[in-house]
Amino acid sequence: MDLSFIGTMFLRILGGLPLTLNLWGLSLLGGAILALGLNLLRTTRVGDKVASAYVFVFRGTPLLIQIFMIYFGLAGFGFIRHSVLWPFLREPYWCGLLALVLNDAAYTSEILRGGLRAVPRGAVEAGRVSGMSRFTILRRITLPLAIRQALPAYSSEVISMLKATALVSTITLMDMTGIARAAISETWRAVEILLSAAAIYLALSLIVTQLSVWIERRLSPWQFQRTNR
Amino acid sequence: MTITRSTFLRAGIAAAALLSAGPVLAEGKKLVFVTEGAFPPFNMTKPDGTLYGFEPDLLAEVAKRAGFDYELKAQAWDGMIQGVADGKFDGAVDAVTITAKRLEVVDFSAPYTTGGSTFAVAKDSGLTLPGTGTAVDLGDAAATEASVSAIAEALKGKTVGVQVSTIQSDFLNTYLAPRGVTIRTYPNGPDVYQDLMNGRLDAAMSSITNISAFLKKNKDTAEATGASFKGGIMGAGVGIVVQKGNKELADKMSAALKSMSDDGTLEALSMKWFEMNVTPKL
Repeated sequence: MDLSFIGTMFLRILGGLPLTLNLWGLSLLGGAILALGLNLLRTTRVGDKVASAYVFVFRGTPLLIQIFMIYFGLAGFGFIRHSVLWPFLREPYWCGLLALVLNDAAYTSEILRGGLRAVPRGAVEAGRVSGMSRFTILRRITLPLAIRQALPAYSSEVISMLKATALVSTITLMDMTGIARAAISETWRAVEILLSAAAIYLALSLIVTQLSVWIERRLSPWQFQRTNR
Repeated sequence: MTITRSTFLRAGIAAAALLSAGPVLAEGKKLVFVTEGAFPPFNMTKPDGTLYGFEPDLLAEVAKRAGFDYELKAQAWDGMIQGVADGKFDGAVDAVTITAKRLEVVDFSAPYTTGGSTFAVAKDSGLTLPGTGTAVDLGDAAATEASVSAIAEALKGKTVGVQVSTIQSDFLNTYLAPRGVTIRTYPNGPDVYQDLMNGRLDAAMSSITNISAFLKKNKDTAEATGASFKGGIMGAGVGIVVQKGNKELADKMSAALKSMSDDGTLEALSMKWFEMNVTPKL
């Protein structure tokens, strides 16, 4: 193994870090907003059906196929190419981001739903008898408890989205994986290049893991004190 | 039968004998060749999965003349040359151009097509590139400069698609990217044409033979334009890839290709698949 080669490749792959972080961050943000919307939708009977169908479709199909459907599939329709959406859908970046957001929303909404269902009814009732409005209950009781409950599962989703961004390299985006793949087909030295890329992904997910442990401790310190004593 | 310690011993000896016999059995094994199966008309895949095209025909003839048994498998372009270099496959036939960079990791047979690359555009784009019908040798610096700068002028601010780490992508990154042309690379050849027709790309670059196969199916909507380029970083024609140091196989195949060139078989194959002679005189 050639260390100077690994060093060069490492720096070259780091060039794709901004795009990877950009797609990762924005897809989590968009996915979280959409997931919250999907859960609010579930409060009505029709909305519940719509949200279930959405989750069923986007969780039940491979992300790679979703990316291809949006990138190649939508572009196959003439009316879409002549619509106002085309300036966005023409760009691989927006297609990739859209697919990641839609996919992340399906998973995140299920994680959040689990958290919401774990909120004790008593806590909500306590809020209601103290005279809180429905929105205040949602803001001060339901969501904080639900999010705390959903945190361990959500940190997995955050890491899984990091790895999911690698798939956009199939639609010409030069994220870290895209750069690594191009470098492999130029130099045919897959091992060194893939190791460099994997190390960067691993470092990023280490940060997420540590961050989620820290937040968990902050949000419910009593749980951790009890086990420590 | 009762199982005793000696049963295991005997089974062990039998297994060891089989293992040591392995290399002897492998003596008359089939050589494994790979191709993409998605680079018309060099190699294509039928709906039932069988590979056909210029290169499967060519390889069959080469194997017959060189006297070896082989099996042709489909393998994606990225990873193909790596696979041959690692010895996973004995050879690759996928319109692979012989370049100095590739010669560092693999060896080649004698060339069987001469190459040359040009551009394709969608007809309704109204884009035409200068120099259509002229051939430029990249070894000729003055002619290259004149032709490349004219093409760069026409493509300024536009996007050109190309398959990743091909000689065409080398060409685009070397000559056109520094002059304000955006280059977008695709893992697969067919995706480039799909995005060209979808309007995501203003132009696509590939080998003349590949572009003419694409145009045959899309003659109402697309056209070839601009000068064609070869030589220099575009390499010295297309050859069969073998593992580095496998001179024996490369020489056997080169000799077979030479005899095919001498008796006109190579040209006949070229006429059959390309409707023009793209083969060199060996």
